[in-house]
Amino acid sequence: MSLYYRRRNTNLVATTLCWGAAAFGLSWLVMILGALVFEGAKGLSLDVFTQNTPPPGSAGGLLNAMAGSLIMTIIGVAVGGPLGMLAGTYMAEYGRYSKLTVIIRFINDILLSAPSIVIGLFVYTALVARMGHFSAISGAAALAILVIPVVLRTTEDMLLLVPGSLREASTALGLPRSYVIQRVAYRAAKSGLVTGVLLAVARVSGETAPLLFTSLNNQFWSLDLNAPMASLPVVIFQFALSPYKDWQQLAWTGALLVTATVLILSIAARTLSRQRTSK
Amino acid sequence: MSEFALSSDAAPAAAVSRARRLATLALFDRLFHKLTFSAAIIVLLLLGGVIVSLIQGSIPAIKAFGFGFLASQSWNPVTENFGAMAAIYGTVATSLIAMLVAVPVGLGVAVFLTELCPHTLRRPIGMAIELLAGIPSIIYGIWGLFVLAPFLQQYVQPALISAFADTPVLSTLFAGPPYGIGVLTAGLILGVMVLPFIASISRDVFDTVPPVLKEAASGIGCTTWEVMAHVVLPYTRVGVIGGVMLGLGRALGETMAVTFVIGNAHKISGSIIAPGTTISATIANEFTEAVGDIYTSSLIELGLILFVITFVVLACARLLLMRIEHKAGA
Repeated sequence: MSLYYRRRNTNLVATTLCWGAAAFGLSWLVMILGALVFEGAKGLSLDVFTQNTPPPGSAGGLLNAMAGSLIMTIIGVAVGGPLGMLAGTYMAEYGRYSKLTVIIRFINDILLSAPSIVIGLFVYTALVARMGHFSAISGAAALAILVIPVVLRTTEDMLLLVPGSLREASTALGLPRSYVIQRVAYRAAKSGLVTGVLLAVARVSGETAPLLFTSLNNQFWSLDLNAPMASLPVVIFQFALSPYKDWQQLAWTGALLVTATVLILSIAARTLSRQRTSK
Repeated sequence: MSEFALSSDAAPAAAVSRARRLATLALFDRLFHKLTFSAAIIVLLLLGGVIVSLIQGSIPAIKAFGFGFLASQSWNPVTENFGAMAAIYGTVATSLIAMLVAVPVGLGVAVFLTELCPHTLRRPIGMAIELLAGIPSIIYGIWGLFVLAPFLQQYVQPALISAFADTPVLSTLFAGPPYGIGVLTAGLILGVMVLPFIASISRDVFDTVPPVLKEAASGIGCTTWEVMAHVVLPYTRVGVIGGVMLGLGRALGETMAVTFVIGNAHKISGSIIAPGTTISATIANEFTEAVGDIYTSSLIELGLILFVITFVVLACARLLLMRIEHKAGA
């Protein structure tokens, strides 16, 4: 009888701990989002969107930082997205059974979780050191390198989900391989491909480490790709660690904006991919 | 384009133009193949480029310090004498604390999601945990600096210090004034960041267990816990270890969250509430201010060490995860 009770009690303790673990995990999400909304909303005003980052002690906004983030993200995704998509296409369509695909998949998975600061160092030695100065374009290059693995992975996965019979049917109609891929496979996997790009944008828009010593920071309005450019994450980093109250407030507000963007993007990506799988 | 294939117009003039257009099609076909192939090669070259450029950048430091770089904990920009020991120690210590928090909790969350959670809540809770993984690391950093660190400084650390003051080993582990920031705080933040990765991978891995196995175990009278401990965990062991190592890889390389709360002190302290530094925090804090070749090069060599460590950990993780995918597919 005691064995029975011991087993039952062990089970009770273990399941309670699992419930506790889930509550613990969720409570962090609530606490972090709560603090962000509470602290960030205090500084939310029109000025944030219309004025540039201020010198210490005066009021200002985050306009140049937002513009910089937007520009570098767009360039990064515009360069890294197609590259990743084409490479993913090769792996899923042409080289499905080749050794090269296995190697690239392995390396891509490592790039996917490689420390982003190392990517920053790579771009620094490859671009910044050669050009002799920090620039927005090298920041965008660092972001592009971070975009590639995300897009490649989802593209390959989504193309592999497209039924082979669709390809066979269109090949039987006489379509060349490249048309089968572009007109049939891409269309069938469209929402999945968009998901990949959205996930990549979400990943990149909060990245700080690779921008620290590629695009650096710029206190003023600048659209020059060959010059240092401000970005939201780097501004948050600099302002949060400063002793000035105004700057810290702007850092919280910036953090709220970044988080909102990232969460909206990843929820959108998830809804899109769920629509696809439930079809 | 399919009309070429479908219409069988046999007029001679049309046949010529048809042949020409088919040739263009074939050319385009080859070009597209080449294009995708070169994109794939570029991805391969990128990783090679990362390694080569890091090695190239760290040559001056390697020449100056040799293997002593790994063993020395001095970090003096004035005399240009650098060593990686303190940073490596900090990286390992914070990651270890992170794993102590994240592995049990992450596995608990995964068990909860696969076995205990009511079906209607399964999707929203799973999604919330994944959202936790999507929050950028700088957000964890700013939250850790302004919310967690003051809380630890005021309530948790004084309690720890006085509670363990007379215990032999633990008193050195929790020695010194409560700064709030330090190795412990950084480790906790890292743990929270890594938790969702471990939880969601473990959940996916648990889902690969054939229901028949679990049903059979329940059928002979096993409790939920016994099913998990004696059937599901042994079956998925390799995958769970892979997931944990993937989380470890993240923790080792994480930069921003740590940089905010580590304190950036280049020394190895016996106390885990004292400030320290990690490889990534050192690079993030000092790289733009580094003057001189040796200083910059030492930082790049730190990056190289970090890359090698994470590469090994991540490669092991992937190999283990590939094994379980293979098993699930077979």
